[in-house]
Order: sequence, then C-alpha cells, then structure tokens
Amino acid sequence: MRLYAFRRLAMALPTLLVISVVIFALLELAPGDPMAQLPSGISPEVRADMRISLGLDRPAPLRYLLWLNQILVIEPSVALDTLLGTTLSQNSPRILSWQTRGPVMALIAQRLPQTLVVVGLAYLVGTVAAVVLGVWSAARRGSALDRAGTGVAALGYGLPPYFTAAVLIYIFAIWLGWVPTVYDTTHKVTGWDSMVTQIRQMILPVAVLSLQTTAQITRYTRAAMQDALGQDYIRTARAKGLPERRVLLDHALRNSWVATLTVIALGAPQVFAGAIITEQIFGVNGIGQLLVRSLHAGDLPVVQTVTMLVATLIVLANLAADLIIARIDPRPVHA
Amino acid sequence: MLARLIAAGVLAWLNLSLCLPAFADVGRGGAGLLRIYYWQAPSTLNPYMASGIKDIEAASLVLEPLARLDPQGEMVPWLARELPTYENGGVAADMLSITWNLQPGLTWSDGSPVTSDDIKFTVEYCLASGSGCAQRDKFRDVSAVETPDALTAVLHFAVPTAYPYGPFVGPQAPVIQAAQFAKCLGAPAGSCTGANFAPIGTGPFRVVAFLPGDAARFDVNPSYRVAQAPGFDAVLLKGGGDAVTAARAVLVTGEFDYAWNLQMSPDVLAAMEAKGNGRIVTGFSTLVERLVLNLRDSENPVSVTEASTRLAALPMADIAVRRALSMALDRALMVRIGYGAAGRVACNIVPAPAAYASQANDSCAVQDIQGAQDVLSNAGWVDDDGDGIRTRDGRELRFTFQTSANGVRQDFQMLAKEWWRQIGIRTDLRVIDGSVYFSANPDNPDSLEKFGADIQMYASASDGTDPEAYLSGWTCENVPNSRNGWQGRNVGGWCDPAYDALLQELSMTTVPEDRAALARRLNDMLVQNYVVVPLVDRGRVSAHSNTLAGVRMNAWDSELWNIADWRRITP
Repeated sequence: MRLYAFRRLAMALPTLLVISVVIFALLELAPGDPMAQLPSGISPEVRADMRISLGLDRPAPLRYLLWLNQILVIEPSVALDTLLGTTLSQNSPRILSWQTRGPVMALIAQRLPQTLVVVGLAYLVGTVAAVVLGVWSAARRGSALDRAGTGVAALGYGLPPYFTAAVLIYIFAIWLGWVPTVYDTTHKVTGWDSMVTQIRQMILPVAVLSLQTTAQITRYTRAAMQDALGQDYIRTARAKGLPERRVLLDHALRNSWVATLTVIALGAPQVFAGAIITEQIFGVNGIGQLLVRSLHAGDLPVVQTVTMLVATLIVLANLAADLIIARIDPRPVHA
Repeated sequence: MLARLIAAGVLAWLNLSLCLPAFADVGRGGAGLLRIYYWQAPSTLNPYMASGIKDIEAASLVLEPLARLDPQGEMVPWLARELPTYENGGVAADMLSITWNLQPGLTWSDGSPVTSDDIKFTVEYCLASGSGCAQRDKFRDVSAVETPDALTAVLHFAVPTAYPYGPFVGPQAPVIQAAQFAKCLGAPAGSCTGANFAPIGTGPFRVVAFLPGDAARFDVNPSYRVAQAPGFDAVLLKGGGDAVTAARAVLVTGEFDYAWNLQMSPDVLAAMEAKGNGRIVTGFSTLVERLVLNLRDSENPVSVTEASTRLAALPMADIAVRRALSMALDRALMVRIGYGAAGRVACNIVPAPAAYASQANDSCAVQDIQGAQDVLSNAGWVDDDGDGIRTRDGRELRFTFQTSANGVRQDFQMLAKEWWRQIGIRTDLRVIDGSVYFSANPDNPDSLEKFGADIQMYASASDGTDPEAYLSGWTCENVPNSRNGWQGRNVGGWCDPAYDALLQELSMTTVPEDRAALARRLNDMLVQNYVVVPLVDRGRVSAHSNTLAGVRMNAWDSELWNIADWRRITP
C-alpha cells in the first residue's frame, strides 16, 4: 500500500514538470500584450521601457527557468519565513504580477478565502445534495422523486451558469429584492447581523454553483447505487430481514462509494480553481475572476502560477482518489 | 432625438444642482459610506505604475496634481496657488521653463508638509531609468527642477515647449510624497508594493485597504485642506462583473451610488434608467471612433518605403474613392445604434475643446449615397459587367475591413458594408480579438500597426486638451514599418511634408488662439484628405443614484475629480 502511494507520487513529479513547460510554452506562443490596455496616447518608447521593467527583454527559456526557481525555491522559502520567522528568502525576487506589480502569491492569498467560502460551500452543498438525491432516487426507482431528481440533473447539465445566475438575480434580487446582486468582498463577519448579510450575499452564487455540482455527481451516485442494488448480497441482506435503511446505507452505498468518491475527489480541485463565470457575474472576486482578468490583461506570471497551482491540485486529487479507492476497495491494487 | 433629450435633461439637472445652495450648511463627513462601482477594478493606486485608466481614476481620490481640467476642459489650479501662464510670467518667454507655486499650508495625509522637494522628487521618480513609469511622456522633456524655496518649483525643459502643461496637470501626473517613495527610485519602483497600493496623498480620502483587482476602501483624510469636505466618511470602490452588473447595481437595485464606464447597449441602459433610481451622466472629450484607410500597399506591408510608385495604382490612393466611402456613411444612425446618449456625430478628428474644433467639415453628418455614387462615376469607377462592383482599369473596388471583436464595432461593420454595397463597393469583414489587435508586439501580424486590410476601425483620443502630441501621430516618421519595429501611430501610412511643417509651426506657437487655428488646419488636412474618417465622438457614460448630489461628469480629468463635493441628499 505504502509502496503503491510512493510510486504514484514519484510519477506525479515528472507529470507536473511537463505541465509547467506546456503551460509556459502555450502562454508564450499565445498572442496578447500586457501593454494593450494602456491609453493609446502612451508612446512606443515608454511602452518599451515598461516592457524592460517587467523583465520581458530576457529570452523565454531564461524566463521559464527564473520562474521555475521562483515557484520551487523562493516562494516556498518566503512562505516558511512568514510562518516560522526565518530568513531563508533573503529578499530574492518573488513572482510579481505585471498588472499590480505585487507578489502573485499575495494576490492568490487575497483571493482564496472568497473562492473557498463560496465555491467550497457550493461544492459541499452540491455534493451532499447529490448523494442524498442519488441514493434516494435509486431506492425509489421510477417514482416521482426519481423523475424529479433526473429533471434537476438535466437542468443542471443543460443550463449554463450565466443563464441560471441571470434568472435567479432577476427573481430574488430585482423582483423580490431579498438578496444583493453584488458580492462585497470587503464585508467582515463580526456578529449576528453581519453574518446574516454574509449569508444573504452568498445564497445566489452558492445556489448557481451547487446546481452544477449536484447535476454532475447525482447521476454517478444513482447509477452506482442501482448497480449495487441489483447484486446478490442485497438480496441476501433483505432475505436476512435487515431494515431497508441498513440495506441501502450499509450495504449498497458502501459498495457504490468507489465510483461516487472518485468523481467527488476529481472534482474537488475546482474549489480552488474558482468558478470563472459565476465569480464574474456576482463580483465574487476569487481565483477564477483573477485568472480571467489576468488572461485579458496579458498578465502572464499570474496566469502561469494560478494554472500551475490548479494543475498541481488536480494531479494531487487524482492521487488522493486512487489512494482512497485502494483503501475502500483493495481489488484494483492487487489486480 | 432621445439621446439629445437625455443629454439636455442631464445638463439642465447639472445646472440646477449647481445653482441650488443645497450644501451650504454641510460640514466634513456625516454622509456615511459612498459606494462606487468600477467594474474594471484598479490593479494599483499609483498612476505612474498604472496599466489603464481605471488605476488612474481610483488613485485620484488620494493623489492630486498641481492643476486639473474641469468638465469644459479648462485648466484649474489644484495644489498650485495659481496657473502659471505667459502673461503672469509663470511660463518663461523662451518656452524653456515653467514655475509652479504650491498653495501655502498644504499637508500630506500623514501630517507632514507638502514641499517643492516632493515635486522635484516626482520628476526624478518618473524619469529614473528602469522604473517603467507609464507617464514618462509627460516628463520626458524636463531637464532639471529647481526649488528656490519650499513652495516654488521651476521645471526646466530641454527643448522649447510651447505647451508646458504636461507634468503635474491632470490625474495621470500627480505629486507623490518623496519620503514615502524615496526607496522606490528606478528598478525597484514596481516592487514597492506597500507604497504603490497605499500612496500617501493630499486628496480628500486616504487608503484604508486595497485589494488589487477587487476592491478598495478609503476614509476621510484628516489633513484635507478644505474644512467642510469631503461630505462622505468613507468610500468603497468595488470591481468585478461587467458594465451591465455595474449599471444594474446603481440604476435597478440601488446597491451602489455610482457606476463608472457603462459602455453597453443604449436601449438596455435607457431601460434601466427608466426605473427612476438614478441618472445617467455623460461627458465628452476627444475620443473619436474612426476609420483609417490604408494608403500603404496592403499586399506587401513591409515595403512601405518603395510603395509610392505602386501606391498610385491602388484604388484607395484615389481620393474620390476615400471621399465616397465617407459620404455613404449615416453617422447619426451609427450613434443611435451604438452609443445613444454616449455618442455624437464626429466630423473632426479633434472634436474638442470648442476652440480647437473645426467647423469646415460639418456636412459629413448627412449621409449622401447619391453624391457618393456621382463622385465615383466622375472619377471613372463604373460597374461595366453588372456584378454590382465598380471597376477602373481592371481594378475592382473591393476592400477588407477589419476591427476588434466588439458588439458595436461589428454592428458598424455590417452597416458600412451595406451602405458601401449601395455605391458599388464590395467589402469583406474581418474581426480580431482586442487583446491581439491592440497588441503592439512586432511579431503579431494582426495588429493595428501592421494593418493587414484596406480599412480599419478603432477609437483613440488626445491626452488632455492640447492636441499637439495627438496630431504629431500623423507625421511621416510615425508611419509604422519594419525598420522602426512596427511602432508609430500613423497606421494609415499617409505622409505629407506640408503637414509635418505645419506641425513644426504649432510646436513653436505659444498664443492659445494661434495654436487653436493651427490645430484646426491640421485637423482639416487629415479629414479633407480622408486619411482618417471620423465617425463618432464617444463620450464617457456613468450613472449615479438619485441620492447622490454634486457629481460633475468630467471627461477631461478623473470622473471622481470633485468627489470632495459629493453629498447625500433625499431625492
């Protein structure tokens, strides 16, 4: 088991290195200009100076190596310095955003709470709802509830977030006036009243996002449950006279976890990647909005670093999914 | 018509709100939190490190220049005691220096005095090599700064500068505090994050928190020079979403008090305004949406130099063709469809200030399809084979028309294509993503500068009220080509030594009236030769809540230029 884990981890490292090269090369080849948003009156000479001050005069391979050094050595040592009070980094140049000229990691740290709170909560709500709905509709196959569950899933798949968001905003924010349309990222929760404000501003984005998550996961849960319910051990359990609840939760669900958990684990990194469209619509300025804005502005260090972090999380989530499955169901490891 | 009504209404309201003694008994603060929506959130609060207008406007709450431009484009002294002119001796007769006097008793928000050393430092800061200062164009000609006393700074220019109001006029070039930025000279300028995100200023507000690309919070500057201002206790400047999000938050749900840059479909915006929660405000300066006609050999864009002989054979080289293209356009319809209250018909490339706007080209406002057909026929362009396309000497009137991906621009392309079809010109349309089209990277084949088409459309503006720098964009040396790395603003490739000579004359003229007359002549040369075809004079459009008073929309300066005077009222 441990050997298996180490082998998978060792394979992840070259994968990440290849990903980093590909990301850098793609961004390098893509058109776009960090100076494109400047007012047109600014002269070419000044633009050239600004380019040099961003380090754009250096050749691309050198910039890649510098960035690799920054993300592997300098940024971790800065993080250690902040946590432990050491002086490992010694003011080495950190990864700086071209737009804000501030450290990219500070930007990510500033954005992550928004994303974790909104997207993370939505993922949690969506997952729980999906499992409950999946189990229930598998148990009551063909019932009105099953059909409703299938309908919700189809809606979640079929309706893009920009549509559901617009409809929800129209009904709840404009027509009924219950919730705000804009998420205030500077709002601080200090007591009961501010907690209520926070919940009100979170409801719509969380609703939009969790609908997507529910749609994606509930179909897997339902299919896996149905598969399990058709097995011989379920008939045995029922024949033993176990109550239906125990048959469903202890026998069928336990055996259908493999598929469901894999899907949940593989989807989890999206919590950190943010939700590009929904964040944009509600002004939840999280990681997704940062990524889109930086792409538009040609702010390559931010795009590179964020995509690399997300790629790392996806690789780790894959690894985690494999390990969890090995733990619940040892068959694949020994096969 | 509707556009005019709205504009008239806004003007009438502005006049009213200025005349009423509404704020006479109001002191500093007390109006609570002012909520402003800048959907493009600022990424820094240092205008010298800015990557766009959003940064400059956000910084204008905190940092102030020596003089500003008011909504009419008139210069008003701000931190300076008075405006230096040739008459009062503030500007030297030899055009080599300008003397600024600070108001006495000014302090930074940390309580320390503002001195002429801060002015001197600001110049050094922007000119330091490796700083990547975005406003260096404004300071380029400053050779030295002399500070005879704590309140006086004399800026010396390396070359005679007829219009010396580049440095320290307008929100792009404010005074920064020497003490705060002392360690940020040269290469470290960019990484001085602490100072760039929270500059110490003289403005009505000071930075409390800044989340780049997201939001900023400000509170009252306790050292602000006007005792009764600002009216608000704090400001939240929030970003994210798009123009529609911003407009909705002010005009429909009332969550915000002010929304900036509502460049969106005029119908949608008007429908939101009809809810009655707020008003749309517009202001005009010099941003002109224009067509540029390619006078280079578009098949061989590299050979600009030897192109002149072949150029004569190009259909676009015939002024009759260029004239017909312009005559066939219904600019009033374009304004109505694309910009509504935020646009006006433009017949000049320098549309403002009033003294600089030529009156010679006003006839362009009326579409003349028949006239355009006659112009082409008289020039020998006729449709022999009945395919709807006019030809002459075996050359067809068939053009490629490119612009950046943008709803309004693509609508304009369709309209123009149809009008030009009616006069026997065939147009192929091309759309390029904005981040590619406006990227000056010399390897990019689809840039504005490379101009791989016959006609292109974009918008550009003069920076400030004086058009000299703007008009210098059409000189021969400003034609982008392979030798200058495809840099330069004369993208059409038009070159006329007479124009260059007249521009030279402008650069040596100091009397404002004479400068205006020369600028009008230069404008007429460009427009009457159809080097550029002005379409729409694009204004700024923003909206504010009915509970907010004191907004004076300013397209020449920061929209938040007079935020100290903004108050809360009960509508």
